[in-house]
Amino acid sequence: MNFHAPSRREILLASGTLFAWAYLPRVAHAENRDPRFLAIILRGALDGLATVAPVGDPDWVALRGDNALTPSSKVPPLKLNDFFALNPAMPNLHTMFQANEAIVVHACATPYRERSHFDGQDLLESGLPKVAPSDSGWLNRALATLAPGGRVDPKDSRIFAVGPVTPLIARGSAPILSWAPQQVMPASEDTMARLLDLYRHSDAKFAAVLDDNSRLTAIEHGGDMAHGAAKRPGPARVRAYFSEAAGNAAKFLAQPDGPRVGALALDGWDTHVNEGIASGRLSQLLGSLDDALAAVKSNMGPAWDDTVVVLATEFGRTAHINGTDGTDHGTATVSLLVGGALKGGRVIADWPGLKTADLYQKRDLKPTTDLRAVIKGVLKDHLRADERALAQNVFPGSDAVKPMAGLVA
Amino acid sequence: MSAHGPAAAALALHRFGFGPVGDSISAIADDPVGAVLADLDRPGAGQIASILPSSAESARQVSDFQAEQQAQHKLEQRAKQEADAKATATMADARMSMAGASANTSDAAVTAAQPTPFLKPPNQPPLPQQLLLSEAKVRFDAAATSDIGFVERLVWFWSNHFCISADKIVGMAGPYEREAIRPHVLGRFAELLSAVESHPAMLFYLDNVESMGPNSVAGINRDRGLNENLARETLELHTLGVRSGYTQTDVTNFAKVLTGWSWIPPFEPDHGGEFAFVKRLHEPGDQVVMGKRYPDTGVEQGRAVLADLARHPATAQHIAEKLASHFVADDPPPSLVAKLAKTFHDRDGDLKEVAKTLVTADESWTMQRQKLKPPAEWVAGIIRLSGTEAVIPIGRIMNAQATLGAPLWRPPAPNGWPDTEAAWIDGIPHRVDIASEFARRAQGVDPLTLLNSGLGPLASRDTHDTVARAETRAQALALLVMSPEFLRR
Repeated sequence: MNFHAPSRREILLASGTLFAWAYLPRVAHAENRDPRFLAIILRGALDGLATVAPVGDPDWVALRGDNALTPSSKVPPLKLNDFFALNPAMPNLHTMFQANEAIVVHACATPYRERSHFDGQDLLESGLPKVAPSDSGWLNRALATLAPGGRVDPKDSRIFAVGPVTPLIARGSAPILSWAPQQVMPASEDTMARLLDLYRHSDAKFAAVLDDNSRLTAIEHGGDMAHGAAKRPGPARVRAYFSEAAGNAAKFLAQPDGPRVGALALDGWDTHVNEGIASGRLSQLLGSLDDALAAVKSNMGPAWDDTVVVLATEFGRTAHINGTDGTDHGTATVSLLVGGALKGGRVIADWPGLKTADLYQKRDLKPTTDLRAVIKGVLKDHLRADERALAQNVFPGSDAVKPMAGLVA
Repeated sequence: MSAHGPAAAALALHRFGFGPVGDSISAIADDPVGAVLADLDRPGAGQIASILPSSAESARQVSDFQAEQQAQHKLEQRAKQEADAKATATMADARMSMAGASANTSDAAVTAAQPTPFLKPPNQPPLPQQLLLSEAKVRFDAAATSDIGFVERLVWFWSNHFCISADKIVGMAGPYEREAIRPHVLGRFAELLSAVESHPAMLFYLDNVESMGPNSVAGINRDRGLNENLARETLELHTLGVRSGYTQTDVTNFAKVLTGWSWIPPFEPDHGGEFAFVKRLHEPGDQVVMGKRYPDTGVEQGRAVLADLARHPATAQHIAEKLASHFVADDPPPSLVAKLAKTFHDRDGDLKEVAKTLVTADESWTMQRQKLKPPAEWVAGIIRLSGTEAVIPIGRIMNAQATLGAPLWRPPAPNGWPDTEAAWIDGIPHRVDIASEFARRAQGVDPLTLLNSGLGPLASRDTHDTVARAETRAQALALLVMSPEFLRR
């Protein structure tokens, strides 16, 4: 029997969405391996250049000025190699990198070349070559191709609990096991800020109420510590929440009879204003993500050696800093891979350069690596997915995008 | 009335209904006035098909439940007392046996004394809560799935005008609305008033079931007397309005008239919870109310007073002001109030005619949208627009309403929920949380499509851009339903 149901149903005290399939890839099983795979979608468009800085590029400092992380920054970035350095908010990822358990793929993008979050997220999760309605996501279809005979036996489909929303990446015919948040996250500071901005232009009374409220909340917290359900999720709360979501996913994947594939989404990366690369909003978010990755490793236990985690975002951000100390929607960015099963310690990049002529449409980091190649490489070598199925079903129309070889040890 | 086009259509759906859904704006753009009026002519308008128990049946179930709970509690107390006695005895045994033999203690007797549970199975809400949830679900679905929802909005309006509280009479909160309000929202005000004031839920809520004439048989025998609550609130809140000319004598005399309007206690197995006119509670004799003498005709004496109150000019004015204030503006144009009061008066309280006057009055179509939607109406609008009635449980919706300070059927006082911006605007930050939560549950929605569906031409450029630039679909939907255009009508 190739299906293994988790021993118990649990509710995660986490936002967003976590889900997994109770399924053990057959081929890998035959090799006496027991691979785990976790996809983490970073919604909002992560600034790849702020996450992994090309400190060795001669045009780097000129491009981002004071916002460029360099070895001479007040808090210097963490060296990955002679050319790239990691945002200093991510020491755990750095340790994994040094232990050959992490790979950075840079100048990487999905095939999407417009700049709408919604369409970009859909395409990232659906795996389709262009924006089109889709009922299923690439991770679900990948699972379906792994099932005996290439199909999931409906008799063995065990849908334990479907959360309020299953993200598109997980939707489809393969059996889903999902956890729903039981506690409600209050609206984010970002949502409040966007509303306040809208109200200031359109409804002074609403603006005044929101303004008062955020002032009260700040007083109440005496800083950024948030307690209780009705409080704005400050950085500390976001940090705890990222770790809990990802950490709990790992707990499930680690169980001997638990699911083997999971995914979750972490929001908040849309940094148009006061991005805070070295210290501030993005720095705090990256720190939260770093903690979450540490929680995954810790909770995986011995299964960490059989684990690959892929982190991907819908697109990157502008190469230049905009007029409000942030970045606008762009194109290429980083994809991060972590896990003990990786042949890590590498930054993989066909570096396009940062001169204006090198930029995509003279504004964004130019994509030189197709994200699908990275994911296909992991699915093929780690989960033993069939290459033809990957090109036809999982990422339709991606024949020309060959799976990247050698990612997995 | 000449309002037409998509902007007027969107306005109409927000102001008179529960908000647009799908292509409803374009569907009624040719004739928004006609579309809203047509809602009044639907067969069965205001009614909801329901297999839910009647108020009396529901009250009996709750009464049985509470009695069983009391018995359960008593059994538990007894068991505890026995266990305590046992423990005391055991301690004595132990002290005695300290010299040699081991204490012979056994938990068997204690275990055997555990009460037999004869209540609900575990993991289910208690019966009163179940009844309330079922009623809430039917009511909420009627709003969320209605075409326009004008008649449902009228039901909500009248239910608030003639409110009772589930805190006082949980079993009847939902049935009361179905039995006393819904059948009459398009009928005559006099009939609505009569149905409401004679409903056991109202009689219990405003303490009339215990009121007795000082000179009634029961009053003499028990040395007890009047409770003025129902009489006063009927005059002050339900009909004439405060400071409209009635005196304390009118209140007292009206209370005397209403003595005997009572119920059969819910523990009675056959007819418990039903209305009863109990003659031995009724104050004998004629009574003068508002300058008119009413002969003692028993229960009919009260009906005669109510019939006159329903037709009093002050009542027409009071109702007209409340309707205009609810639908159009916190401070409605006096000309609109005058039109509504005139129809109310000229058409003998025909509420359907009054509703038509509201919809056809020019003042009702002002493009200035100043009303802040009250919490429940706003929540219903979100669910409706995003099509999430199947994925957001009714319990969650009720929690949301409670979070916003307006728990369903639990107003703090007989004057019901306030109906002004000042009362609700401080809840805006809480609305953001609820919007975010509900938006996360909406699967596969396209925010810009919903923006178009929900606001059409009402959407400002700023709102459009805010929604379009949101970080996620969920955030976009939350921002959409938090836009001033969606919050106000």
